[in-house]
Amino acid sequence: MAINTNRPTSPHLQVYRLPLTGIISITHRMTGVMLSAGLVLFVYVVSALAGGGESYDTMQTVMNQWLFKLVVWGFIYALFFHLCHGIRHLIWDTGSSFELETLNRYAMIELAASLVLTLMTFVWGHYGL
Amino acid sequence: MDYRTPLSRAKGLGSAKSGTGHWWMQRITAAALVPLTFWLIKFLGLSMTAPYQQTLDWLVSPVNTICIIAWIIAAFYHAALGLQVVIEDYIAAEGPKIISIWAVNLAFLFLAITALLAVFRVVSIG
Repeated sequence: MAINTNRPTSPHLQVYRLPLTGIISITHRMTGVMLSAGLVLFVYVVSALAGGGESYDTMQTVMNQWLFKLVVWGFIYALFFHLCHGIRHLIWDTGSSFELETLNRYAMIELAASLVLTLMTFVWGHYGL
Repeated sequence: MDYRTPLSRAKGLGSAKSGTGHWWMQRITAAALVPLTFWLIKFLGLSMTAPYQQTLDWLVSPVNTICIIAWIIAAFYHAALGLQVVIEDYIAAEGPKIISIWAVNLAFLFLAITALLAVFRVVSIG
């Protein structure tokens, strides 16, 4: 089947400034892809635990290097953002809250909520400082 | 002109050949993951800082074992479903598209089995 590659694209990303809702929408997708990649780390952590005390301690040393700590915190923030916007998608699926004003208000709520949840996790104390 | 037979129309399968199955499973796993995320955060927190025995004890407690297993199944399935949509949106050529989707599906099936096996091993230690 021939595919026409010369079709118009909309919105044209080089000349169109995305509104807040658009930025959040593409961020939802990007965080989804990054979280999927991050699942490899989860497999590593749980496998290290299954391997016994020694492999667990090695895993903790690795995961507590600053680079990996950054990745874990990035993962947690991305997770909460994806969760908050995901709930938004579930609300949309019921057919409600498509009004422009609601869209923008919810966008701000999502951003604030994901930050607060990340902060709460931090304060929760399991992670040390 | 619609070439579809009345039966296929009645089944509602559409061009994706699986109807609304993909969309629906994406929503089911999403809804399941909302509460289950708590167990992932708790497990990650323990694994980063707590001593071996403490993390072990936590994971072998039945409610935690069940919730982590449920999280693994829902999360890895949800990831594979989501990545499939991303691939379908950005890869136009039929061949590479199908190969990528199958590669993603197999990779996440493999990862999920690895994670589940690890949990079973932990339970057998504890």
